[in-house]
Amino acid sequence: MRNLVALPVLFLLVIVQTALLSRLSLFSGTADIILVWLAGWSLQKPVDSGIHWALLAAGIMGFVSHIPILVVVVGYLAVVWMAKLFSRRVWQAPLLAMFGVTLLGTSVAHAATLTALALAGTVLPLGRSISFVTLPSVILNLLLAIPVFYLCRDLASWVYPGMEAV
Amino acid sequence: MKGNLPRSLQTTVIFLLAAGVLALAFGGFFGAASSAMTRGLVGVQTWVSSRFIAVQDVLAAPRDIVSLRTRNAELESQVSQLQAQVIELQQRVNETEILAALVDFSRANPESTYRAAAVIGRDPSPFLHYVIINRGSDDGIRRGMPVVTNQGLVGRIDAVIADGARVQLVSDPGSAINVRLQNAETDAVLLGSLTGDLSLDMISQDAAVEGGELVLTSGLGGGYPPDLIVGQVATVRSLEYELFQQASVQPAVDFGRLEIVLVITNFRPIDIAPLATTPVP
Repeated sequence: MRNLVALPVLFLLVIVQTALLSRLSLFSGTADIILVWLAGWSLQKPVDSGIHWALLAAGIMGFVSHIPILVVVVGYLAVVWMAKLFSRRVWQAPLLAMFGVTLLGTSVAHAATLTALALAGTVLPLGRSISFVTLPSVILNLLLAIPVFYLCRDLASWVYPGMEAV
Repeated sequence: MKGNLPRSLQTTVIFLLAAGVLALAFGGFFGAASSAMTRGLVGVQTWVSSRFIAVQDVLAAPRDIVSLRTRNAELESQVSQLQAQVIELQQRVNETEILAALVDFSRANPESTYRAAAVIGRDPSPFLHYVIINRGSDDGIRRGMPVVTNQGLVGRIDAVIADGARVQLVSDPGSAINVRLQNAETDAVLLGSLTGDLSLDMISQDAAVEGGELVLTSGLGGGYPPDLIVGQVATVRSLEYELFQQASVQPAVDFGRLEIVLVITNFRPIDIAPLATTPVP
């Protein structure tokens, strides 16, 4: 039952993403608050439903975006997997883990998108994609990482009362 | 004898003495003495007056501060309300201006029927250039319908749900549109890009293309109606060893500030895929 909170949270995040953050671009890069949220949420110690959140988020994003849903699933599951890996390895520095997951997760998600677009016939120049889209997006996601991490921590404390968050 | 002077004489003497003293004083003979005296009196009066005003302020101040604070709060509240009204009215004015321009455009192009829609979002992927509008199949919107503003071509409907649709902008890297150059009377293909820049390809080497030339849809391929303005040629690149010329295009529409668009609802795109030759295995 406690996972039901994912529905309003993810729908709200998708609205914020499409209506607001996708309009605020740095070069051609934009922040992906859902990816950052999944990273921050999966890094919380009591959270054991990161995969469910990732699949639900991918379903919504696949519906909204032109990107094939499989690509979004791959990107978000990779973020959750990396978050769990980092939370075990660098558990004493959760913010460092958050930055690491955000950086690598954005890179993996963009690599998956570029591959899917190339397979669909739209080959984008790799160098320009990295310099104009991926690097600016990484910077914007890293800027979002700290507030989102603390929001996730507060939500985790509320959803899992009595269990220690990161 | 002295003590027996008549009373009227005493009064007269005193009056004369006083008048003499006053006359001397007005004549300036007692200037130093009178100025010293008046200076002292004025100083004393000033001190008394200032102390009185200070005491009066102290006694009256609390009532004034309370009333001033109340009044200030009322005025601040009024200012915030007025500021909110100004912002709302500015938004309405902007919307009205956009709608008026769109109405002018639809009147100038009566051959098409239009459906206005508001842009409510953008595709979350930074690699793609798509927008989301608030009209869908319930409003007669169908996949493939062209989307325009009064400035020119925006794109076409890519996906539709009951009350929303996704529009592929002409600046999307996956977009390719058959266009013609108005003065050069030659066809070309308009391509989008990762950064949203537009470029023309497949321009014949024989065509004399110059900057500022108007780029219009040609209607070839059946994807778009003809003669929709796309933009203007900015720069031309022509190399002798290449088969075609290329050019960059300044789009007519500012894709970053799209608010309200028009969907051309009486245009049905033609799917020419079945006519394309498929390789025989």
